[in-house]
Amino acid sequence: MRNPAPVATGLYEKRRGVFPARIDGTFRRLKWAIMAITLAIYYGAPWLRWDRGPYAPDQAILVDLAHRRFYMFAIEIWPQEFYFVAGLLIMAGIGLFLVTSAVGRAWCGYACPQTVWTDLFQHVDRFIDGDRNAQLRLHQAPWTASKVARRLLKWSIYLVIAFWTGGAWIMYFADAPTLVREFWSGQAAPVAYGSVAVLTFTTFWLGGFMREQVCIYMCPWPRIQTAMLDEKSLIVTYKDWRGETRGSLKQAAKDPGTYGDCIDCNQCVAVCPTGIDIREGPQIGCITCALCIDACDRVMAQIGRPRGLIDYATLEDAAKEKAGCPPTPHRKLIWHPRTLVYLGIWSAIGAGLLFALGTRTHIDLAVQKDRNPPFMVLSDGSVRNAWTLKLKNMERRPRPMQVALQGLPGAVMWSDAMGRDEAGRTLAMTVPADTVLPLRVYVAAPAGTAEQAFHFVLAATDAEGGGDRTETRFDAPRDDDDTPGDHERADHERGDHEREEHAR
Amino acid sequence: MAEKRLDEATGVETVGHEWDGIEELNTPLPRWWLYTFYATIVFAIGYIVVYPAVPLARSGTAGLWQWSSRGALAADTVSAERERASTLAAIAATPIAALPGNPVLMRAAIAGGKAAFRVNCVQCHGAGAAGSKGYPNLNDDDWLWGGDLQTIETTITHGIRQPGDDATRQSQMPSFGHDGILPPGEVADVASYVRSLSGKVAPGSAAAGRGAVIFANNCVACHGADGKGARQFGAPNLADAIWLYGGDQASVVASVTNAHAGVMPAWGQRLDPVTIKMLAAYVHSLGGGEKFAPGQGADPATAATAAAAAQ
Repeated sequence: MRNPAPVATGLYEKRRGVFPARIDGTFRRLKWAIMAITLAIYYGAPWLRWDRGPYAPDQAILVDLAHRRFYMFAIEIWPQEFYFVAGLLIMAGIGLFLVTSAVGRAWCGYACPQTVWTDLFQHVDRFIDGDRNAQLRLHQAPWTASKVARRLLKWSIYLVIAFWTGGAWIMYFADAPTLVREFWSGQAAPVAYGSVAVLTFTTFWLGGFMREQVCIYMCPWPRIQTAMLDEKSLIVTYKDWRGETRGSLKQAAKDPGTYGDCIDCNQCVAVCPTGIDIREGPQIGCITCALCIDACDRVMAQIGRPRGLIDYATLEDAAKEKAGCPPTPHRKLIWHPRTLVYLGIWSAIGAGLLFALGTRTHIDLAVQKDRNPPFMVLSDGSVRNAWTLKLKNMERRPRPMQVALQGLPGAVMWSDAMGRDEAGRTLAMTVPADTVLPLRVYVAAPAGTAEQAFHFVLAATDAEGGGDRTETRFDAPRDDDDTPGDHERADHERGDHEREEHAR
Repeated sequence: MAEKRLDEATGVETVGHEWDGIEELNTPLPRWWLYTFYATIVFAIGYIVVYPAVPLARSGTAGLWQWSSRGALAADTVSAERERASTLAAIAATPIAALPGNPVLMRAAIAGGKAAFRVNCVQCHGAGAAGSKGYPNLNDDDWLWGGDLQTIETTITHGIRQPGDDATRQSQMPSFGHDGILPPGEVADVASYVRSLSGKVAPGSAAAGRGAVIFANNCVACHGADGKGARQFGAPNLADAIWLYGGDQASVVASVTNAHAGVMPAWGQRLDPVTIKMLAAYVHSLGGGEKFAPGQGADPATAATAAAAAQ
């Protein structure tokens, strides 16, 4: 019933080459489309421009590590807003769960970079060496001059693709046109050359030579997906109840009724990019790219049998079909409770991120109080505390702003760039575009002021307005300083508020 | 125990072990995995040759590349110093009075001073420069010898009452009680008067009234008729809210009886002039720094913009 699997003969197994045959069909065309889209995005996205005015780069997608900014079209993310990126990564993770529960290992079969680049390199193989049989012949041929020449030509093309792949990666981290100029004139950062070298090598090696070995031996994702698949997941299924017993058309004609639909033409094995036989049942080597479905459908059409001997099906549906029920349409198979739960979580996170993005402020005030010393007594007896204020202007233009004290009666403040004689209840300054401006301020309150909470209020004084308000605490000497443990502080205060009050 | 058998479903031999019915297939490793393992062995040999690796009796093999963590630190230090050199040279070339006019340089000087302060000054003045009894608080606006940049630089360079430095800050208050210049009762009276200057004792009290006369006879030469001190002697202002040795009656009596003469090292003998300049800038920046020329402070908007631009 099944092709006998090889019995292990040694500790180590030499890789058996995979030479998938050319095929055309619904899923092959889908793969072409997805390959075109993903490669176009990968190679092209850094070259898109987006006008952000004079104070920000005009590259649509840019991870600006040096200035700690992440630009994506109209969205600009600061490091403290990294939760947006974390949210996107969580969405990507749950999105994979969602896709797996709905359509099985579709990621592996269509969108995974290893799959896309392997597919691309296999096209190069067919372009240079010919289809499956020609490749097999050349593989077994001795190393003649012409074989060496062909191999060198093919590997050079691999290398060019690999270099483009590595080169495209760094374009996401700097202004692409500038970086290209710098790269070729030797002026780019060493890390740029290093990244290109590493990614060129990994693409060349993993896409050109390791191929299905990456999926079968290296990648953890097939194991995780195997654990996530259940009887409701779409997998590529050989409908053995319809196909068995296998027999050629001649045998079937000789002995009608004995044989199933499978004519054992081996086309499903020939087109498989990971070199497996799907008729052995579900297995880890199957990336569900569905090229075997295309191959089998063509053969079924040629011999006048209905399509779908190999088809996407769930285990549950396969059991039903085996029992004689008609197959459930795929559209219905996709929607089951697990899919809906994943979709719900995924959409909720997405909606939350969009809400956060829409309501985030572009002006912010953070205050950091000096803790050592917490307060000072000045020579006139007034009490001074110090803060470092951080005024954040996320707009791409300089903005006039004003910081004011709210509460703390009688107190005045001044910055380290001015004297106490210029102190007041407000401070005005211009915060440069796209910047956090640190501002050190001193606040002095009259003698006898008690420890209390108050607010710093930040307001933009331009037409657009807006602002922020942050509560903080004013520390002052306490009258009950003779409590144990406060001696050090009492020393700092120089005993100027001790209990013995001869004056009264 | 080890009964190897063929697994029916896959046709692969098992390894022959069985745990509660669970068996392991003897699937061969891919050949490239073996080559990868050989590659790591080759890498390890290369690593042992070029890096310090084999421990010997006294030290270990140095490796062809002569790498050491001490050497790496030294190289990092050299490169950091090279990066700082231009800034330090610019600070050295700028008179301290001109530093505030260059906010970028001033900011660098303050940062450098902060680092030097943590090494040299915190032992007495504290990590927050808040001082403690006998060690002045450098954050406040009360200065014994003066609080502008140049004066602070001079004080740090020559120290206070430091032997071996001719330009050191020098003064000596008599030990009025200890040396018998004033009897104990008069010391208490003058202490009451001193405390009345800042309102700690009612100015009209009998003790303060008696003390006023004693103060006029003994103390005004240095502390001034109004008790506000004199910076040329480092004589503290007695009329403010700040007390270096305590402002309660007992502390002031003790100060008048035995006198205090705090010392500070002359840092000019130990630190280079640039470090001292940066220390002065840092101490001046703590909030109590005084101006020595009108119009010295930049307006906050310009200063802030310049600082942000420099980042």
